[in-house]
Amino acid sequence: MNIATDLAWHFALVGTPNSGKTALFNALTGNRQKVANYPGVTVERKSGALKTPSGRNVTIIDLPGTYSLRARSPDEELTRDVVLGRLKSETPPDLLVCVADATNLRLSLRLVLELKRVGRPLLLVLNMFDIANRRGVKIDIARLSAELGVPVVTSVAVRRGGTEELLKRLDELTLGCAAAAADSTWQAPGSAELRAAQRQADAIIRAAVHMPAPDSLTAKLDAVLLHPVAGLVILFVILFVMFQAVFTWAQPLMNFISAGFDALGALAHDTLPAGLLQSFIQNGVISGVGSVVVFLPQILTLFLFILLLEDFGYMARAAFLMDRIMGGAGLHGRAFIPLLSSFACAIPGIMATRVIDNKRDRLTTILVAPLMTCSARIPVYTLIISAFIPAKQLWGWASLQGLVMFGLYAAGIFSALGVSFAAKYIFWREDPSPPFMLELPDYKLPRLKSVLLGLLTRAEMFLKRAGTTIFSMMVVVWFLASFPRPPAGASGPAIAYSLAAMIGRVLHPLLAPVGFNWQISVALIPGMAAREVAVAALGTVYSISGGKDAAQQIGHVLAGQWSLATALAFLAWYIFAPQCASTLAVIRRETGSWKWMAVTFGYMLALAYIAAFATFHIAVALGAG
Amino acid sequence: MSRDSQISSSKPRSPLGRALAGFRGRIDAILVSDDKCGLAPEELERRLIELGFVEGAAVEILHEGAFGRDPIAVRVDHATVALRRREAMAILVT
Repeated sequence: MNIATDLAWHFALVGTPNSGKTALFNALTGNRQKVANYPGVTVERKSGALKTPSGRNVTIIDLPGTYSLRARSPDEELTRDVVLGRLKSETPPDLLVCVADATNLRLSLRLVLELKRVGRPLLLVLNMFDIANRRGVKIDIARLSAELGVPVVTSVAVRRGGTEELLKRLDELTLGCAAAAADSTWQAPGSAELRAAQRQADAIIRAAVHMPAPDSLTAKLDAVLLHPVAGLVILFVILFVMFQAVFTWAQPLMNFISAGFDALGALAHDTLPAGLLQSFIQNGVISGVGSVVVFLPQILTLFLFILLLEDFGYMARAAFLMDRIMGGAGLHGRAFIPLLSSFACAIPGIMATRVIDNKRDRLTTILVAPLMTCSARIPVYTLIISAFIPAKQLWGWASLQGLVMFGLYAAGIFSALGVSFAAKYIFWREDPSPPFMLELPDYKLPRLKSVLLGLLTRAEMFLKRAGTTIFSMMVVVWFLASFPRPPAGASGPAIAYSLAAMIGRVLHPLLAPVGFNWQISVALIPGMAAREVAVAALGTVYSISGGKDAAQQIGHVLAGQWSLATALAFLAWYIFAPQCASTLAVIRRETGSWKWMAVTFGYMLALAYIAAFATFHIAVALGAG
Repeated sequence: MSRDSQISSSKPRSPLGRALAGFRGRIDAILVSDDKCGLAPEELERRLIELGFVEGAAVEILHEGAFGRDPIAVRVDHATVALRRREAMAILVT
């Protein structure tokens, strides 16, 4: 026993979706969390460390939410394998901590009955106990524990000190852990077993729990938010406000960041001797990274909305409202959340498609996720819109620029619906569409701490990307745009002699029909690494060809050098723009096939070309050439 | 269905998938009859049970979608579940 106390214990958090499992995980581990991937699969592994009051070290893993160990998706398979101790890379858990929403015990208790058969020590945590109390849910803890044959403890994950009793209990339980594991008698339950277990759970609830009338606030809110007409109107108003906010609220902070990078660039310019190094630091590094970091406020604004709506419980409602609209296009209502995340970035969006257990639905969602306007396109859109669209107010409250932005988003959404509709007929004509079933959790006030923790993770991810992939691409772009050096006595701008110009000129004949000049052709290539890099690349291309001052005013320069038709064609191209290399890599990984990656790349390239071609020629015909 | 027939009551039973908003009743049986759901009937049955649709549970249709009154939001005992009418056809209620 003495040896064992020195080693870290391994606990696994299990629970149904919406049980507040993640909030509890956050409360227990705070910022001592690690997010990685399980080897060989694409499921996120979230682990964290905690110390019990007696000083024991515990490693906790937060497993994907599930209603049963009867795995139906890669996420749930992983939960099953970890719980059963089948996963080779994971230490079998010493204790299973099953988290249940104290206000909604039915499905959780059935899961507990199933988990008991695994034979590992088990603890049931009744989370959100404060809400249950306030609502008049009366739980006889001792009785519940006796009926289940499992220790039960209450917690309030979102309140300071709300997990004290849980920690104390964990301490007591670790003492008994080593000897307690029994043989697993778990087998995938059939419908008869599930039915019997649910009846048993219901009987236990009748014996130990008094449930009051359902939450009246949720009922009142749903009467409006799920109203067939008002609900849809509100959903679209929320989305509209979200995009107006992304465009306007973030502006002051963006100006501040961009001024900071300008100052940094000027400092580098003044301190370094004129020449290659100065050009590299100022034009390659500082303005390159700066032009991407400046979009952090917009990305965080978007994520703030997504996280708030998610915590509030609105996301499941949005899926409900959108199911029929999306279903008509061959998409699953559940695809709504992955697609909404794709507005931030297609990568988390594509990874979030794991919640869709049907393979066909999942593939369709992955196929169209990159059509959602990801935040990496915001830099491109912002740049072009602010350079070419007048900053006018319409009807006194909506900005014309915001409206164009909204239109670009809408174009992405409608093309996604169109593509999935086409996919339905091309790939899956024979299969009937799979079911849409989803719990609608009660509304809850979002908690500041968990929203902030989520925002912090997103900011970290973005900055890491800006610091690595994007930074290295900027170095490559700067290199392509700077070498070879112009011959002595050359008259044109230096970039005209560079590798970038050569590539751009090779591509130019292909892109000329859509109104692109060679500078755009050059910028599209690094744009493959990450879309926002195209902005920085345009800056590099133009600042090097137009002198150092141009880097600060890419938009101004573009307004002078591009026709409106070219600008609009460029925007249209970017609605579809062949997605960034990392998105393609994720598609390859998530679908496990090169074929789907190629299909995605091919169809998006084709759509981008067609859209830009049509936009350019219509604009020219209307006199914007 | 034989194993559930002992709890059927005297009231006529009908599929939840045909009931309108405001309907209140009890589940009499889970009976997956057609296989057009994209899931094997046994699998659909298991999923319905996992979301709490078992015989004897009280159900109420709270909301309907805007188009074709689909999907529906159903209160099952104390939880609310959204599902499409096509799958709700397998839930027989009285």
